[in-house]
Amino acid sequence: MTELIHGMYAEGAPVVDTKAPAGPIDKKWTKRKFEASLVNPANRRKLSVIIVGTGLAGGAAAATLGEAGYHVKSFCYQDSPRRAHSIAAQGGINAAKNYKEDGDSTYRLFYDTVKGGDYRARETNVYRLAEVSANIIDQCVAQGVPFAREYGGLLDNRSFGGVQVSRTFYARGQTGQQLLIGAYQALERQVSAGTVEQFVRHEMLELIIEDGRARGIVARDLVTGEIETHLADAVVLASGGYGNVFFLSTNAMGSNVTASWRAHRKGAYFGNPCYTQIHPTCIPVSGDHQSKLTLMSESLRNDGRIWVPKRREDCDKDPRQIPEADRDYYLERIYPAFGNLVPRDIASRQAKNVCDEGRGVGPMVGDFRRGVYLDFSEAIERLGKAAVEAKYGNLFDMYARITGENPYEVPMRIYPAVHYTMGGLWVDYDLQSSIPGLFVTGEANFSDHGANRLGASALMQGLADGYFVLPNTIRDYLAKGPFPKIDAHAPSVMAARASVEERTARLLAVNGQRSVDSFHKELGHIMWEYCGMERTETGLLKAIDLIRGLRAEFWRNVKVLGSADTLNQSLEKAGRVADFLELGELMCIDALHRAESCGGHFRAESQTEDGEALRHDDQFLYVAAWEFGAGTPDPNQPGDSMGAPVLHKEDLVYEAIELKQRSYK
Amino acid sequence: MSGGMNLTLRIWRQDGPSDRGHLKTYEVSDISPDMSFLEMLDVLNEQLNAKGEEPIAFDSDCREGICGMCGLMISGDAHGPEKTTTCQLHMRSFKNGETITIEPWRADAFPVIKDLVVNRSAFDRIIQAGGFISVNTGSAPEANAAPVPKPKADRAFQAAECIGCGACVAACPNAAGMLFMGAKITHLGELPQGQPERWMRVVKMVAQHDAEGFGGCTNTGACTVACPKGIPQDVISTLNKDLRYAMTHHGG
Ligand SMILES: Cc1cc2nc3c(=O)[nH]c(=O)nc-3n(C[C@H](O)[C@H](O)[C@H](O)COP(=O)(O)OP(=O)(O)OC[C@H]3O[C@@H](n4cnc5c(N)ncnc54)[C@H](O)[C@@H]3O)c2cc1C
Ligand code: SF4
Ligand code: FES
Repeated sequence: MTELIHGMYAEGAPVVDTKAPAGPIDKKWTKRKFEASLVNPANRRKLSVIIVGTGLAGGAAAATLGEAGYHVKSFCYQDSPRRAHSIAAQGGINAAKNYKEDGDSTYRLFYDTVKGGDYRARETNVYRLAEVSANIIDQCVAQGVPFAREYGGLLDNRSFGGVQVSRTFYARGQTGQQLLIGAYQALERQVSAGTVEQFVRHEMLELIIEDGRARGIVARDLVTGEIETHLADAVVLASGGYGNVFFLSTNAMGSNVTASWRAHRKGAYFGNPCYTQIHPTCIPVSGDHQSKLTLMSESLRNDGRIWVPKRREDCDKDPRQIPEADRDYYLERIYPAFGNLVPRDIASRQAKNVCDEGRGVGPMVGDFRRGVYLDFSEAIERLGKAAVEAKYGNLFDMYARITGENPYEVPMRIYPAVHYTMGGLWVDYDLQSSIPGLFVTGEANFSDHGANRLGASALMQGLADGYFVLPNTIRDYLAKGPFPKIDAHAPSVMAARASVEERTARLLAVNGQRSVDSFHKELGHIMWEYCGMERTETGLLKAIDLIRGLRAEFWRNVKVLGSADTLNQSLEKAGRVADFLELGELMCIDALHRAESCGGHFRAESQTEDGEALRHDDQFLYVAAWEFGAGTPDPNQPGDSMGAPVLHKEDLVYEAIELKQRSYK
Repeated sequence: MSGGMNLTLRIWRQDGPSDRGHLKTYEVSDISPDMSFLEMLDVLNEQLNAKGEEPIAFDSDCREGICGMCGLMISGDAHGPEKTTTCQLHMRSFKNGETITIEPWRADAFPVIKDLVVNRSAFDRIIQAGGFISVNTGSAPEANAAPVPKPKADRAFQAAECIGCGACVAACPNAAGMLFMGAKITHLGELPQGQPERWMRVVKMVAQHDAEGFGGCTNTGACTVACPKGIPQDVISTLNKDLRYAMTHHGG
């Protein structure tokens, strides 16, 4: 290997081919579907696919492949596929239906998504996403998804996330739930038809590769503790995002990186791991006991005004006693044109800045107050309490339930929280990873959102991948099968199983002093401080050091009670945290190497005179696809060893869209 | 907020499906009223772990009241004293010095797996029996081709809010799954897309419900009191009406 850059990583060969067909952007998908090999219906039953994850991406794919007649095995760690984290999405799903005749089109949705991603997404994939978006709505309505409707009985739309057209379909504040129930019901229909085998309370802990192809997984039955081998012709990971590396996030408690990380360790490239979205309007942390954070719709910023006291001394005063002259409406001050409606990343970063200055409000958490006011008093005066209640009543209720405060009387407090990870396993145009036969869909892949995701577009991507993209691309791969049958005792299978068993045993054997949660919290703290909203070279170097130390301590000092052969939630968490401890390091290395600011990735060294994110297209117009660097096991340092990762660059080519620098002043 | 609470907890501990199980008493102190109920259990679990006692197993995932994963019997009430999910219940609903009894859902159709964790797969099997609309991917007509009158759309939506938590079953003296099932029958039955399979759906789902060992409905209404999503009792009337019609006109 060549010498290490920053002493941290090596650079390998660039990724030159993403497998997108040639030709104009609006013809590529049609061309690909036509050129992808077909599988004769009679042969489909002989072909099997494992799908890890039952969220929108995995549930939709499992149902669709089942309908097509393939033999599908579907896995989730919850007790039912319906509980996947997609259920929690609130705001809505985008689609270029142009029902409002307001100038929307496939091209505009494509353009908005690429621009929103700060020109760090792959054009060809995003165009396809916009292209299939309209079909998603048709499919969901046919399944009985109860989208909001107008009095005439037709579907309603709203504008969302700062775009100028109304293209967001929604089901009150429960869009994710309704879409997921639609996919779940389609999936259950296939379970009863016998095409899909469903494995709930199962966790994938290892990928099986045979003859260079992904051929199966090792999973643990979380109820009995049994380690199981599942083999197939192809494997799909739809296992969601990894925001829980920060410990506190809006993700579900069990959201994890394990499925992706285990595949990464076996050769799947990880794309842009440092791209994280931090959402500005979440309910602040109330104390050290906090286990997760709750998002409130960003529509609140349409009428609420964000402020903090001008003076630190006022921070613990009753906000209603602070006169106008002593308040700093900082977003309105810094961004007079957009005010409180600046994009998510900017709103989040400025909230952090004022709190770091010691002007935050609410309870002390650690050594400072982490909260800013979101004040509706003016809106209530202007519109009347009834109008505000009609618009935001359910959000106000949720806030009141969680905080015990009445937002009609006292300004709400909000603070940014980790919400979504744009990074994920690298995939080509077919959604195939760098391991043949391993496909990755939904939030788990890196592909469509660049360095920042627009509101209502993750649900769109999950369902686009699951219903329409993957089923078309995976058939090209499956047409080469069935692949040779693998013996359950083949060396590759036995080795994968042994590594899972050994790791499980090792976690239980440490029997140290500290709980899994205490490690997870500490890791989260490091990530939030140094790899959160604002990143610097010194901070990231420090974080990498801290994470390495923490990881070593984890394997020496973690305390996991109970046994491997029953339901053991501490053991489950321990395995996930062990993987987060490795991922965190890669995220910091990626953030360190990308010495520019783009989207949600803000490097303090790269800003304009006004303190805005400054991209460097001349140096960083590429996807960072990281290959795992195997380390040399150190007998004094138990636990998995990590070596220096290898960076493969995929240059981003913009043919349909012109590169511009964002500005919101 | 200061003023931590001291509480006595009587918690169901059961090693596995075949263990008989028992209530065990724990004390926790300095509990913040701003904690959620499950965060209070997290605190207890950290203490148990430090002492070398295996933490208490309980389910939760979203902790936002939407995934339906959590669910505990809290001093006899499914999801506790407020009309919400267990994960959205906060400690300010309790008093300093209170004794709280925490048990799993109790129903033959929901066997205990360990401590407070139960197996609710019976609900999935009821959906498999017919809780869907048969439409293959790609064969859907244009979404606005079939308008849905707003009142019907609204009623369908209200029923579709069910999160499948099982509190209705736990609260019911007969452990019936009628509110859960009625919600699905109503959701799909109100929509034009749900009509073709409407009669077959109700017959199959009810048969599965009974085969799973859920009890029969005697209209006590305990289910709607416990339901965190406010699913109204009239979905059960809709189910019964549809079932009667199906039996008489379609021969079951
Ligand atoms: C609070 C909140 C609100 C949101 N609101 C919106 C919105 O309004 N609009 C929008 O577009 N997006 C929204 N998002 C983002 C969006 O919900 C997610 O990005 C999207 O749902 C992810 O879907 P998915 O199918 O990729 O993964 P998930 O839904 O996260 O599913 C992951 C699946 O993988 C399984 N799994 C994971 N690991 C393993 C393993 N090791 N073994 C076995 N199974 C495993 C899980 O059991 C689960 O079934 C929101 C997100 C949050 C947190
Ligand atoms: S009807 Fe209510 S209580 Fe019953 S499963 Fe649904 S949400 Fe839970
Ligand atoms: S944990 Fe999801 S509803 Fe309570």
